[in-house]
Amino acid sequence: MADGYNKPIPIPQPESDNYWEGAKAGELRLRKCDDCNQAYFYPRNICPECGNNNTSWIVASGNAKIHTFAIVHRPPHPGFMDDVPYVPAIVELEEGPRMATQIINVEADPSVISIDMAVKVVFESITDEISLPKFEPA
Amino acid sequence: MPVMDKLQAISGTAAIVGVAESDQIGRTPDKGPLELHAEAGRNALADAGIDKSEVDGVFTAGYSTYDVAEYMGITPHFTDSTSVGGSSFVIHIAHAIAAIQAGYCEVALITHGQTGRSDRARAGGNPGLPSAQYETPYGIIGPPVAYSLAANRYMHQYGEDRTREAMANVAVSTRKWANMNEKAYFYDTPMTFDEYHDSRWISWPFHLPDCCLVTDAGAAIVITSAERAKSTKKGAVNILGAAEGHDHAVLHQMPDLTRTWGRHSGPQALEMAGVTHDDLDLAMIYDSFTYTVLATLESLGFCGPGESPDFVADQRTAPGGNFPLNTSGGGLSYTHPGMYGIFTVVEAVRQLRGETGQRQLDECKLAMAHGTGGLLSSTGTVILGRD
Repeated sequence: MADGYNKPIPIPQPESDNYWEGAKAGELRLRKCDDCNQAYFYPRNICPECGNNNTSWIVASGNAKIHTFAIVHRPPHPGFMDDVPYVPAIVELEEGPRMATQIINVEADPSVISIDMAVKVVFESITDEISLPKFEPA
Repeated sequence: MPVMDKLQAISGTAAIVGVAESDQIGRTPDKGPLELHAEAGRNALADAGIDKSEVDGVFTAGYSTYDVAEYMGITPHFTDSTSVGGSSFVIHIAHAIAAIQAGYCEVALITHGQTGRSDRARAGGNPGLPSAQYETPYGIIGPPVAYSLAANRYMHQYGEDRTREAMANVAVSTRKWANMNEKAYFYDTPMTFDEYHDSRWISWPFHLPDCCLVTDAGAAIVITSAERAKSTKKGAVNILGAAEGHDHAVLHQMPDLTRTWGRHSGPQALEMAGVTHDDLDLAMIYDSFTYTVLATLESLGFCGPGESPDFVADQRTAPGGNFPLNTSGGGLSYTHPGMYGIFTVVEAVRQLRGETGQRQLDECKLAMAHGTGGLLSSTGTVILGRD
């Protein structure tokens, strides 16, 4: 674990083990329904669209665009005290699904960041088991 | 899908006969949340003139109904702990009508109590929930961050400047109502447009006054059959329409960040009541944030997508305006203990009864109360009328 990391840390669950193993290996893995032929997020075995369990894993390109973002000035949790202002966001992946994330390696300024801006995934290692997929300007 | 002719058949068959807050609201460091439930419950029963021993249906959220019922000494035959955030207590009204109609109970008591101000520590997340893996690690924690993400999407679609002005209009008009409610947290604190625009950022695009209060408070509602309501102390406020639902839990799963489930629960409740938007004298709309009001007005159908900034322009929702909105001072300026929805109903009932003193509307026969819960996730809408 990075020294002093005191933010919430994901605890992988049975349906998400492979997602987090992928992130550790530098891959953004998504579930895809082989009946709907549609990728979806977050990972679960049963397709939320059609309800079938004929689903598989794919590796996403990591290309996305910003669907929305905010700039947090008052930390909502002690772990983010030294991070403000930071930029939480929802991004739309090239494969279609949206996911929550953070935009990093950019100035936290609404005149610099914009909705629809192209971003790409980067993986930030926070523990031996967990790397968080974050996004930076493409 | 809801069966409208069945719903219309039960419109007006149950009535709100008691409403109350806990003895104090705002800051109550010497009281626990269950105590606030119990105080509000006792006060609402007194408002109705109904003895506790007659309560046979209990409804609550946050705690289980058995916690609240045991604390109050109630042994109900019908129990409902539906917990979908701040809208829960509005949704309980629909459930109470159904239970009373089906014969499961005759006197329904809905209670709420939270000490959001005094216990500022946040509960740890359940690691089995998607939020713990996919949102909180990114600092998407708590409503201000989540709702600010939704608000920025709205700004992008409909214009930043006009959205900003609309958020200011909602904040200032709501504060003016609070300045007429002596129970309001900001009763003695006016706010100008300049003060709004000059205030600090919480999570851009939200200034501090875009965000609701964090208070201690409890409230309760007593519901019984329309027949039995006739013999209560203050008579009936008729429940003419009630509808509910949700379309996501975590924010990034929200189908459209600018549209809430109110797009279904609003029209359904109005149709059940057999009334239209224009018939309403009062709208009590959960204002967790200024943005919540903008998205909700559009979802409910008061105006079209992107039209809220025009709808709330020029202090139209303030005292003296022609669209009275959140006359208690709302979650923004009156009270907001965490799950505020029940307080929209308390104020609507008091306005319909003519009990609200200097902020009393000249004409108030028909009101909407609307709760939103979670991260814009769930809604409950009720239409209330007084003969």
